[in-house]
Formats: sequence, C-alpha cells, structure tokens
Amino acid sequence: MLPYLQKCDPPTDDKRWKIVAATMRKLGNQRNALIEALHSMQDAFGYLDKPGLTFVAGTLRIPLSQVYGAATFYHHFTLKPQGRHSCIVCTGTACHIKGASDLLKYVSATRGIKPGETTPDRSLSLLTARCFGTCGLAPVAVIDGETMGRLTNDLLDRRLAQLIQQEAPQLVS
Amino acid sequence: MLVEELKDLAAEERARQSERAACVSICAAAGCQALQSEALRSALMNEAAAQGHGPDSCVVRQVGCLGSCGAGPVVSVEPGGILYQRVQPSDAYDIIAALDGPPVERIALDSKSSFFARQHKIVLENCGRIDPDRLEDYIAADGYLALTTALAEMTPAEVIAEVTKSGLRGRGGAGYPTGLKWGTVARASGSPKAAICNADEGDPGAFMDRSVLESDPHRVLEGMAIAAYATGASEGFIYVRAEYPLAVARLKTALRTAERNGLLGNNICGTQFSFRISIRLGAGAFVCGEETALIASVEGKRGTPRPRPPYPAEFGVWGRPTLINNVETYANVPAIIRRGGTWFSGIGTERSKGTKVFALAGRIANAGLIEVPMGMTLREIVFDIGGGIPDGRAFKAVQTGGPSGGCIPESLLDTPVDYETLTRLGSIMGSGGMIVMDETSSMVDVARYFMEFCMTESCGKCIPCRAGTVQMYNLLGRFADRQATPADLALLEQLCDMVKHASLCGLGQSAPNPVLSTLRYFRSEYEAGFGGAQ
Repeated sequence: MLPYLQKCDPPTDDKRWKIVAATMRKLGNQRNALIEALHSMQDAFGYLDKPGLTFVAGTLRIPLSQVYGAATFYHHFTLKPQGRHSCIVCTGTACHIKGASDLLKYVSATRGIKPGETTPDRSLSLLTARCFGTCGLAPVAVIDGETMGRLTNDLLDRRLAQLIQQEAPQLVS
Repeated sequence: MLVEELKDLAAEERARQSERAACVSICAAAGCQALQSEALRSALMNEAAAQGHGPDSCVVRQVGCLGSCGAGPVVSVEPGGILYQRVQPSDAYDIIAALDGPPVERIALDSKSSFFARQHKIVLENCGRIDPDRLEDYIAADGYLALTTALAEMTPAEVIAEVTKSGLRGRGGAGYPTGLKWGTVARASGSPKAAICNADEGDPGAFMDRSVLESDPHRVLEGMAIAAYATGASEGFIYVRAEYPLAVARLKTALRTAERNGLLGNNICGTQFSFRISIRLGAGAFVCGEETALIASVEGKRGTPRPRPPYPAEFGVWGRPTLINNVETYANVPAIIRRGGTWFSGIGTERSKGTKVFALAGRIANAGLIEVPMGMTLREIVFDIGGGIPDGRAFKAVQTGGPSGGCIPESLLDTPVDYETLTRLGSIMGSGGMIVMDETSSMVDVARYFMEFCMTESCGKCIPCRAGTVQMYNLLGRFADRQATPADLALLEQLCDMVKHASLCGLGQSAPNPVLSTLRYFRSEYEAGFGGAQ
C-alpha cells in the first residue's frame, strides 16, 4: 500500500480535527467530500497546512498531489496562516466602478501590506474577493465576517484601527 | 403531505395572517443585514412591546429582499404597503407610533414610484413578503401546491410538455430552452439520474440568485423537485458559492423543514417519488459556473471544464444523466405549473418568454433587484426603474452579462431586452447583472478590469484562454498607459478573434466580449491610448 494511504490519523490531538473527520464521514469518506473537507478544515484552523492535507488525502484515499491541486485551484483556500483580523475588499464590477481599487491601494499603503499578505505582527490580513453580492452598497469590504458597505477610506481606516486597538491590552497582559 | 392537507394548512396560515392588525417587516437579505437590519429588528420589537402592542396587534418579522438594496435597510409596514428607507434603530419609535396614522414622511420610500410600479414579479413574487425561514409562510403563498399537484395529477411527460409550452429558457445566460433540456434528460438511459441547481453566481456585480435563495429558498427546492419528477432524477445538488453564507444557512433550514414535512426526501407526498437534495459549497472559482466544471467540482475535483458532447444530460455527475439549471430557472417552474404554460408564454417577446430578474448596480440612483418582462427597453430599465444617473452626470454605458458580456452605449438604449437582441449588440443576457457607468468611467479601464478577471479566473486547461487572456491584458495595459500603437490595436483584435474561437469553454469563448463591444462602440477611447513609438 502506498504511504499516503496508510496514514489517516489526525495530525495532532486538536479537537478541531474531529469536525473535519466528521465532515468527511458524513459523505461516506468518498472522494467527492474533498472540497467540503477542505472547507471545514479552513473554517476550523484558518488555513490549510501540509499535515492536514495529508490527513484528508489519506482518509478520502486520494493522492496528496490531487488534494494539493484542488486546494491551490480554488481561490477560497489559503495555505498561509492568516492574521487575527481579516479585511476582504470586494473587487467586483460595481465596487470597481465606485472606487474599490483606490480603497485597496489606500489600505495597502497605510498598513504596509499587499493584497494577499498578512502584517508581520499577524494582526491583519488583507484580501480581495470577487463580489459578495451586496452591490447596492458598493464599495464593500468584509471585516472579520462583517460586511461594511458605502465605504470611504476614512471609514475603513477607522474600523481597522478600532479592531487592532481593541486587542492591544491583551497583548500587553 | 397531500394536496388537501396542504390547502388546509395554507388556509389556516392565511387566516392567522389576516387576524393581525399590523405587520412590520424588516429586510433580512445580505444587503440590508450588512446595514445592521438585525439590530433594527430588535429595536422595533422592543418598541412595539413598549408601546403596548401584543402579537395580535403588531407583528415584527424578517422578510427577504424588498428590492431597493441601495436604500437599505428597508422596512415595510402592512396594511397600507408603506415602505421606509435607510431606517436606523432610532427611527423605531416613530415607525411604531405611526402604525395607526400617516406614515413617517422623513424616511418614507414611495412604493408607488416607477421603480416598483414598472416591475412584473414572478420569480420575486414572494421576496419581501414571506419570512424565508418559515415554511408556513411559503405554503400560505401557494407554495408546494405546484409540486403536490404535479405529483397527484400529472405524468412526468405532461410536466415537461407544460414547461415546453411556457417557452421558458435557461436563465443562467445562454438561454437554452428548458423544456428541451428536461426532455433530453428524461429520455437519457441510465440511473440514478441527478438534478443540479447552479447557484455559483460568479459574475461580479450580479446578485439575483443570492437574493432569491435568501428570500424564497423553498421556491427553488420546489422547482428542483418538480424538475426531478419530470426527468426521473432521484438525487439533487445545489452548488452554491461559499461567499454567500446567509444563502447557505437559509437553504439548509429550508431543506430541513421541507424534509420533515414530507415535501422532500423519501416518498414525497405519499407517492413513489423520492428526491434528496444536498448542498455543495463552491470555493471561489468563476469557471465552476460552466456546467462541466461545476460537475467536476461536485465530484470533489478541480473545477476544470471538459469538451462537450457528451452533454451533462447524457453524461454528467459520475457519468449519470444530469439536469443542470440555474436558480432563477428553477424558481420560475412552480409558477408555470401552478398557472399554466400558456399564461407564462403570454409574457415577454416572441422568442424570449416570461420575465428576467436584473441586479442594478453601479452609477445608478436606485440600485437594487428588479424583475421586468422580457422586451422592456434598456432605457426604461435604467432611467424609469433605475432612476437614472445620480449627481447630475451623464449616462455612458450599461454593462450586461458580467465578464462574458459587453457594454451598450446610449445610442442603443431603446433596444428591447431579450436573448437575441443583446447577442446582436455584442453583449449577452448573462445571468442578469447590470452595471451602469457614467461619463467618468473609462471604457478601456472597464475592458481591462474584465480581462484581468478572466485572466485570473482562467482554469489553465486550454492554451488560447490561459495565454491569450494574459496577452490581451498586457496589451490593454498599454492603452490605459497611453503607450499603445496602431499595431497593438490590430494585434488585440486578432487575439480577441483567436481566443473567442479556439477556447474550450464559455469562459474563454466569451472573455473577449468586453473588449470587442467597447472597441465597437468606444473605439476613440482606444485610439486615445496611442502614444507609444510607432
């Protein structure tokens, strides 16, 4: 038996792996559970790492190369650890027409990170997305899962500053 | 559940609804929810209790999309059909206090305005009228009546005949006759068959499917079940974008309640017909809106398309005959079965029947979700319903069909909207996104924006699309930087032609459309980009 087929224990004792395993079990540990499994892993851990992908590959009996292929094909998945906060700027058509690219440039410049990157202190990840379907409120950004519409540079900046400031006391203690 | 039981339940619920003196409905679709409509709902509930209203005198509830997304959060008050816009929790006192008197002028939204009056609602008939999480609300609005009637009184062939008679065409953009597709799947040998709902609304700037799923999820489930009965499918999948968490949550609730009430699952309504639906999440790949790529994704693979034929109707998910329709197509079905194909075919134009939902956005006064009969002109849509361009600027172009469509200039605004006319203009009907641009938008920039989109979303399987989009994007960059030469323009046109004709799937075949249509109507803007060495 090939080595990747033998290993199907979770990489660590972390309880979150149970959620990932349950997702796959619900779909009969069949190959079509792959994308659902990757979703549940990213929801639980924030990103996909190699031990996790190996675990999924082993459980579903899919070559690791194909699991990696799917994980890198879909834009939604990320293989890099994310910041504690996320700011996803929508770059859909309506947002583009209403100045999303300026908004993105502004955040990029003030926070010193390019889209897709995380600040060195891992406080913030800046991402882009193709349309959240709330085009009536363009330009839109999703900050920590919360959609904010009719944005301006100032509004977005203030919200991000507020988030990062809120966690400051925890870092000191 | 039998037809009689369903009718009793509907009558009961309607009686309950007619007893309440007033009903305050808050839009709880994603647009308004982003504007804190949840907080608004609790504020209104507290206020109703504080002003001494009980459940029989004033009900505060959530409903689906009310349409005017640009004016959110939106609240509607019955009786009277009063609408309020941009409502803040601080307005709660006034709204509740005004229940017995004239509406609050300060935040009133004219429900008689042409934005509402010019629409014709079939797909959206329940949007903003029912609580999407309550099956009873849907049943009271004649929900599941079409499914139970079809199961009790019609053969699968009769259902297909009715859909064929209606003239319904696929609402995902290509406009393939739905009845014909159903017939092909029904005739295909092999079992079990599958029915898939394509809810991977990838076009940036389009949010019709999201709104329908969030506002009236049972309608889509009912449409799917009818399609499954007609084609003999026993398994269903809804492939929905992960970017729409609220739609997924509402769908899950709807699936659970429908199954619990015997409207989905095994032996539906006590018949031999069984149909199970499961939800599959997309993961942010635009190409998965293409049917063969979508099937690959449902199977858990990378979403890359494959050459057709064989078509999914014969060789689909796991090689089974598979029916794939768009959300809006399925949402039309219950109304067609309930009211008849003849009624439906009476709406619209010669070759495009029924209505179309559009998502109006961009530089427009009334951004939001609208449904109009086919054949309405673009001018009526943009200026009468959409209210024209804000800030006193001039209209420049309207973009339909997303990255696969094109830009239509002012001189062609009197064109009636249907599948054929839009194709003739170099655009497509598409799924229904409509982005309005004013004089400040550069057409080269728009073309470059869509080319960048197609470039990053190209799956990389076929070379014309993978390499061609990159070259076209680079060329467009030279026009934007005013560094282009006439030779670049010739090369761009040549590349457009090559990518259009040599690509494997719809993504590549339509990727040049935004460039071609802007070249056709706004060529001078490209020529203004000449400035490089000759």
